[in-house]
Amino acid sequence: MTDYNELLRNGVVKRRLLRKSTNVFMLGLTGALTLLALVPLFWIIGYVVYRGGSNINIALFTQMPRPMGVAGGGVLHAIEGSIIVTILATTFAVVPGVLAAFYASRNPNTPLGVALRFSTDVLSGVPSIIVGLFGYALIVKPEKHYSALAGGVALAVIMLPTIIRTTEEMLKLVPSNLREGSLALGAPEWKTSVSVLLPAALNGVITGVLLSVARAAGETAPLLFTTLGNDRFDVGAIVSSGITNHQSIFAIIGRIFNSPIDSLPLTLWKYAQQPYPERVNQAWAVAFVLLVLVLATNIIARVWIELRKRKLRG
Amino acid sequence: MEMNIAIKENDNLKMDGDIRIKVKAHHLSVYYGKFRALTDINMEIQERKITAIIGPSGCGKSTLLRSFNRMNDLTPSARIEGEIELDEEDIYGNNVDVVDVRRRIGMVFQRPNPFPKSIYDNVAYGPRLYGIHQRGVLDGIVESSIKQAALWDEVKDKLHQSGMSLSGGQQQRLCIARALAVQPEVILMDEPASALDPISTLRIEELMHDLAKNYTIIIVTHNMQQAARVSDFTAMMMIDETRSGRMIEYNSTNIIFTRPEDKRTEDYVTGRFG
Amino acid sequence: MDIEPQETHSSIRRTLESEIQELKDELLYLGSMVEKQILGSVDGLKKRDLEAAQKIIDTDKEINSKRYDIEEKVMIAIATQQPMAHDLRLLASILEIAGELERMGDYAKGIATINIRMKDEPLLKPLVDIPRMAQKGTDMLHRSLTAFLNEDVEAARAIPQEDDDVDHLYDQVYRELMVLIIQDPKGIQRANWLLWAAHNLERVADRVTNICERTIFSATGEMREISSEKKD
Repeated sequence: MTDYNELLRNGVVKRRLLRKSTNVFMLGLTGALTLLALVPLFWIIGYVVYRGGSNINIALFTQMPRPMGVAGGGVLHAIEGSIIVTILATTFAVVPGVLAAFYASRNPNTPLGVALRFSTDVLSGVPSIIVGLFGYALIVKPEKHYSALAGGVALAVIMLPTIIRTTEEMLKLVPSNLREGSLALGAPEWKTSVSVLLPAALNGVITGVLLSVARAAGETAPLLFTTLGNDRFDVGAIVSSGITNHQSIFAIIGRIFNSPIDSLPLTLWKYAQQPYPERVNQAWAVAFVLLVLVLATNIIARVWIELRKRKLRG
Repeated sequence: MEMNIAIKENDNLKMDGDIRIKVKAHHLSVYYGKFRALTDINMEIQERKITAIIGPSGCGKSTLLRSFNRMNDLTPSARIEGEIELDEEDIYGNNVDVVDVRRRIGMVFQRPNPFPKSIYDNVAYGPRLYGIHQRGVLDGIVESSIKQAALWDEVKDKLHQSGMSLSGGQQQRLCIARALAVQPEVILMDEPASALDPISTLRIEELMHDLAKNYTIIIVTHNMQQAARVSDFTAMMMIDETRSGRMIEYNSTNIIFTRPEDKRTEDYVTGRFG
Repeated sequence: MDIEPQETHSSIRRTLESEIQELKDELLYLGSMVEKQILGSVDGLKKRDLEAAQKIIDTDKEINSKRYDIEEKVMIAIATQQPMAHDLRLLASILEIAGELERMGDYAKGIATINIRMKDEPLLKPLVDIPRMAQKGTDMLHRSLTAFLNEDVEAARAIPQEDDDVDHLYDQVYRELMVLIIQDPKGIQRANWLLWAAHNLERVADRVTNICERTIFSATGEMREISSEKKD
């Protein structure tokens, strides 16, 4: 036994140098590779900031575009368009998505539940341009005009799988006896889902929604067939003309949703291809704005979660 | 009324007034699909007494407990034979409202499960289910329930804080308060202290004694000393050769732990197997 | 429907069982100490051996400390092992019996004290029945302890019946002493002492009955007084 103890102790000592050097080497290697993985991110951010930052001005955010070839102007139309389309898409996607996720997690083995899971997975892999075609066939063709509405529907389809999947995952994390606790008090299933399970899973659900919003805000292809793009889109103009003509608020909103609109990614794509250097510069500026928006959304999402966590911890 | 309990003459049962049977299991068997989890369980639970169900792991204690408030209904393949009567009415009968059964027979779980809401909203959840929304009434119910759960002094200044910010023992008492808020008649406890530290465990046990003055309590526990400390009656369960749970002996706690009649009970309580 | 219990593993409670075994051994040892004391005190009285009597009195301290030793061990076993059912009854009975044995030791000490008090005065008559009582009593004690350790319920029920024999012997001693006192009133002091010694031995037999009651309780859970058939 003493021999074995000695063997062990010797082994520990002898290996010490080897262990230390291996440690340092591995640490260095993983560190270096991590930095390598971060390079693309910082490169993109850096370059966009460099090219786009110099072209940022107030006019970009407040003015409508000037005619082609004329310098100056802004992308207010695209900003308004992006916001409106995203709001529409979120509205269309969140409620069905969350409900579907609740159904799928409660009834995983029914035909509908299985079909739902399968379709979600498939849908997330469908090329976004085909989703755009779907929107075209569903809304644009029958309505005979391009609209923000159609764009919203198309983007909603893109947002749906992420929302469903994230919500389902979050529901799985809710401990099962939380549901039992509510049922044991005599609550019906639906009330349990709404009053207990949803609040418990809310953090994750919101994250899922925010992440899918961030994705949808950057989509271009689906919007090609649904919103087309609209240099003259101006919420302000629509609203004021509506007021002048004594239109109801619903009519005004209807006009907004029904008009073809532009969006930031679409504008970026168009401007980047134009021969005019001012437009190209503006494209870089738009890229900068988009990047900031996406980063901001992610940061807000994470801060929100942290705050909620702190609140729970009391 | 016949009682299915053997009472020896020189036993010190508390005889305060009439003995009323609150809950009764009558030839109860529970199936999960084809598997028979419980076979022919017969027991009469006395009102305002603490009845413990003990036995080795997997003997069906929790299944039996969950039959009392129809929580087994949540398992799709579960079905029962026999009856369970609350105040002489079969709770599995045709015209029975499950929601009302679950209100009258409350449950406290092994791991504390407060809702992600404030302490106040946790306790008010039950009453709100039943349409009670006036602030004054709710305030009163919340305060009374939390007091009954021996938690008031610790939380009275922070009712708005999240229920999940409390310690384990406090969370469990919060769950008890939550169950009390709907004015149940019976409280089922499934190993209520097994996830808690020893001091919290003892507090919960003291609480049980206080609660038993007003409520009928049925507790499942794998801790024999706890069953001995806390209960008035003890039921011993075991699985038979078909892996189905049966009731081996059911008697006053004093007898079960000093001179049980069945050798299997003796072997179990003396720690010779299990 | 026959339900087989799983195999009983006594190894699960090895600690408790070895503690119980130790206590049983200690009890047996205490019992034999007490038997020796009783027989020794009566023998010393018969032979008027005052030195032996003093030794008996000194040895009683050991009996007391052994009894407290056993008590402490029982308390520790109960506190640390949480025994239930049969184990609990057994330990409680060991506690009681240790107490009974200690009191029997006191009776022996009392007889030795009488021996010393009588100093160099001669016995009223050669002792015959008193030694017989001691013999019978210690024999009953020995068998009752064996019955306890073996959980022999039948023996435990039978032994108390022999208490009658001891009572008969006591009556005999009483009558003889009465006759002697009437014949020679000066011997009343000594007669009193001898009667007292006989009374102590009669009490020994009574306590043996208690031990038998405890044996039945420990084995079966039944707690009942065993009354002798003799009418008071």
